[in-house]
Amino acid sequence: MPSSDNNAPLAGLIRQAGGVILGKERQIRLALACLVARGHLLIEDLPGVGKTTLAQLLARLLGLRFQRIQFTSDMLPADIIGVSVFDRASSRFVFHPGPIFSQLILADEVNRATPKTQSALLEAMEEGQVTTEGMTRPLPSPFFVIATQNPSHQIGTFPLPESQLDRFLMKIELGYPDREAERELLGGADRRTMIAGLTPALTPDELEALQQAAVRVHVADAIIDYVQALVAHTRSSSDYQFGLSPRAALALLAAARAWALLGGRGHVLPEDIQAVLPAVAPHRLRCSGQIRRSAGQIAAALIEAVPLP
Amino acid sequence: MAKPATLGRQQHLWLLAAASAVLAPLTVDLPKGLALGTSLILLWRAASLWRPVPVPGHGLLTLLALGGAVAIAAHYRTLFGRDPGVALLLLLLALKLMEAKSGRDGHAAVLISYFLMLCQFPYAQSIASAVMTLMAVVLTTTALVLINHPRRSAPGALRLSAQMLAQASLFMLLLFMLFPRIPGPLWGLPADAYAGLTGLSETMTPGSISQLSRSDAIAFRVEFSTKQPAQDTLYWRGPVLTGFDGRTWTAGRVPAGSTLPYATAGTVSDYTVTLEPHDKLWLFALEFPGAIPSDGLMTADYQLLAKAPVRTRLRYAMRSYSGVIAGRDESPERLRQARQLPAGTNPRGRLLAQAWRAELGGDGPAIVRRMLDYYRNGHFSYTLDPPLLGANSMDEFLFDSRRGFCEHFAASFVFMMRAAGLPARVVTGYQGGEINPVDKTLTVRQSDAHAWAEVWSKDLGWRRVDPTAAIAPTRVERSLAAALPEGEPLLARPAFLWLREIRFRWDALANAWNRGVLGYNPQRQRDFLAGLGIADQDWQRQVSALAVLGGLLLSAFAAWALLERGRNRDPLQDAWSRLSRKLAGRSTVRPGGQGSGLARRPWEGPHDYAQRISAALPNIAGEISIIAELYETMRYGPKTTIARTRMLQELNARIGRLSP
Repeated sequence: MPSSDNNAPLAGLIRQAGGVILGKERQIRLALACLVARGHLLIEDLPGVGKTTLAQLLARLLGLRFQRIQFTSDMLPADIIGVSVFDRASSRFVFHPGPIFSQLILADEVNRATPKTQSALLEAMEEGQVTTEGMTRPLPSPFFVIATQNPSHQIGTFPLPESQLDRFLMKIELGYPDREAERELLGGADRRTMIAGLTPALTPDELEALQQAAVRVHVADAIIDYVQALVAHTRSSSDYQFGLSPRAALALLAAARAWALLGGRGHVLPEDIQAVLPAVAPHRLRCSGQIRRSAGQIAAALIEAVPLP
Repeated sequence: MAKPATLGRQQHLWLLAAASAVLAPLTVDLPKGLALGTSLILLWRAASLWRPVPVPGHGLLTLLALGGAVAIAAHYRTLFGRDPGVALLLLLLALKLMEAKSGRDGHAAVLISYFLMLCQFPYAQSIASAVMTLMAVVLTTTALVLINHPRRSAPGALRLSAQMLAQASLFMLLLFMLFPRIPGPLWGLPADAYAGLTGLSETMTPGSISQLSRSDAIAFRVEFSTKQPAQDTLYWRGPVLTGFDGRTWTAGRVPAGSTLPYATAGTVSDYTVTLEPHDKLWLFALEFPGAIPSDGLMTADYQLLAKAPVRTRLRYAMRSYSGVIAGRDESPERLRQARQLPAGTNPRGRLLAQAWRAELGGDGPAIVRRMLDYYRNGHFSYTLDPPLLGANSMDEFLFDSRRGFCEHFAASFVFMMRAAGLPARVVTGYQGGEINPVDKTLTVRQSDAHAWAEVWSKDLGWRRVDPTAAIAPTRVERSLAAALPEGEPLLARPAFLWLREIRFRWDALANAWNRGVLGYNPQRQRDFLAGLGIADQDWQRQVSALAVLGGLLLSAFAAWALLERGRNRDPLQDAWSRLSRKLAGRSTVRPGGQGSGLARRPWEGPHDYAQRISAALPNIAGEISIIAELYETMRYGPKTTIARTRMLQELNARIGRLSP
């Protein structure tokens, strides 16, 4: 059962982050929940809406070592993982770790790299370790990847296949700020300076404790029934070409646990499931029909189609 | 179906419990050694479940089985027949449980248990045996459930088993009421099935009736539809004993017919007799019957007989007349038999009788009076424990011991009458009976067995004389218990009033059971069906009625099961739905708001719903948040030890109080 002392720094963290990225509290919470659930986050949006700022902000507030990798189409896996270089002095190959050996990675424009490079990153995300030249090297802990991608219809992109998308616990969109928030942004100080002025609200150990507390959040049978009903609906309804996998159902539960913890509850409510559903489910679903719908619309339709058991 | 799963301790325990429940009612009728042996084997098995008690291997088990079979064969002198068969099965069940390891063994034991339950019905069909069998069915079914679902909890399996029995009992009732009945048993029982039934016999020696009087068993029950005659006229006529060899009285061969050998006269009594099985032909009736039952006969000495031995409880309606004069034109042959005495026995009695005859000159009534006076004035006493008598039993009783039971008085009286030249015979049967104040039936027990005399005269025919009444008038006026001196051992004498009261109630219940359940014969079934409006039934109609009703019952069960599945059985969910229904009528305050009112949307969680209500109805916002909190904790919170029932009560109370 998480105690309130878990929530006090979290509340402060969310407030501080809300002061930098304006009008995006929901996305900040989702990103945090994703982190607490030990998942990875994919942000899909146009350039310039604050993706990088969000990643930097989280790294700063959580006190994590931060690395940014800018993905390009000529990038090779070694550029991410690292490379062994022959050292003449010791007459041995010495491994020079790549940027992935960091606690928080911002993989910018991940869909601009070739599939080969993409999969190097995604495999590291999945395994929590990197194997090169017969040596297995563990990645640091916590290990959190925020990947960004441009909307896939833009030119010069290699869209991530479904199997790779599934590796991301959540996929969110930031969207344009509303009028008031944008006005405040324009009138305020430089975001970079603001971030530099912030002090970490959590230590890595505290984050670890939070991640452990999230696993212990109670899930009642009624909630499991609900998740099963949701998943079953996506599998049987003609609205979807294919439904949610068992891994998706697990992801939904894990995210809802973290969301409940952020809300200061020791148990998951249906509302927690519904809150994380737009971030967890749509990128794992393929809808039938011609009309392209946003993630929010897909999630809302799914929620309203399935009554609470 | 049966997986080769091994049996756990729980399954073993339930199998043993089931076997004990099966064994318990059978111990009454089977040899005590067998009951003890099987109980020991069951206990041994039970002990081995906890302690490292060695369980016998195959060799020892085979030896035990063979030894048991030999012992059973030695006890019964055969291995065929009902009793040895049941005994063998019981032994088999105990030994099977001893070696049982797999689910298959368990199934075998369960099957034997079910079969043995059936086996106890030829021995007893009382209420107690029905209750014990039901218990055994529940226990055995529980064991079966646990063998097939090892993960089920024992109370759950017990509940399931009881539930199944309850559902089956409806079909049982239906079959009982409607299945075409055939007269008599479905199959013949082995010859040994009726051993051990008590009752009168066709011979009488001194001591045979006093032996019978120690038995508390019920001989028959009587319900009067007219006024019950006085206690001292209740003579239930049974075997008539004419032959005498100096010690033993025998019935002899008497022709029987289906017409009354006398003319009826006097006061009428109508009644119904429920006769317990006694494996003999006699049907008991008050002296003298006014009609012969359709499947009965009457002998020339007025015994009412059935055409086959009474082996099941028998019910028949009777009418008797109190003023019958029977046998005025008795055949000379029968009168000769009724004067016959073996030569050379009991000389003292003969001498006395001949002296009376010489003195009174063949005046029958005077001789009878003289004999009764002889009893009254001769210091005779009435006792259940008469001394043993030798070869000249009549002389010894009349002149020396002078202590005897009714058969002594009746036998000596008839002897003296014959010695004096008057035709006389012994009549045995029952006298009196006990009125049960609960259901007003008259219960006649073996302890009411009695013997009296009949003396023939030209004017009055066969006339009843009860010499016992001369010695112990209370015997015929009240009961045996009242007539016996204090301290005589007698089962019929209840020590306490409350015990008597309980016995009366139990008897009334048993009587109702006999009448309603065991006595449900083809005739009563016809009456019952006629009452339902099914006239002129044949078995085809009965079977189709059975099929229709059975089908209806099955569909009712199916409908119930479907309904049950659709209904919300969770009281918490019921309460939550009640809140939604209560608020459904309320439209939102804001004009142009949602038209559907404040009913919960199917996908709406408690938190969101409470917020929506609070926004629409701020006056109850506080109350709603408490209700939502309660519901949320109970439905989605961790299961804690806090009293859920109390929380549910509070939730219901709060929802009930809510006035939006």
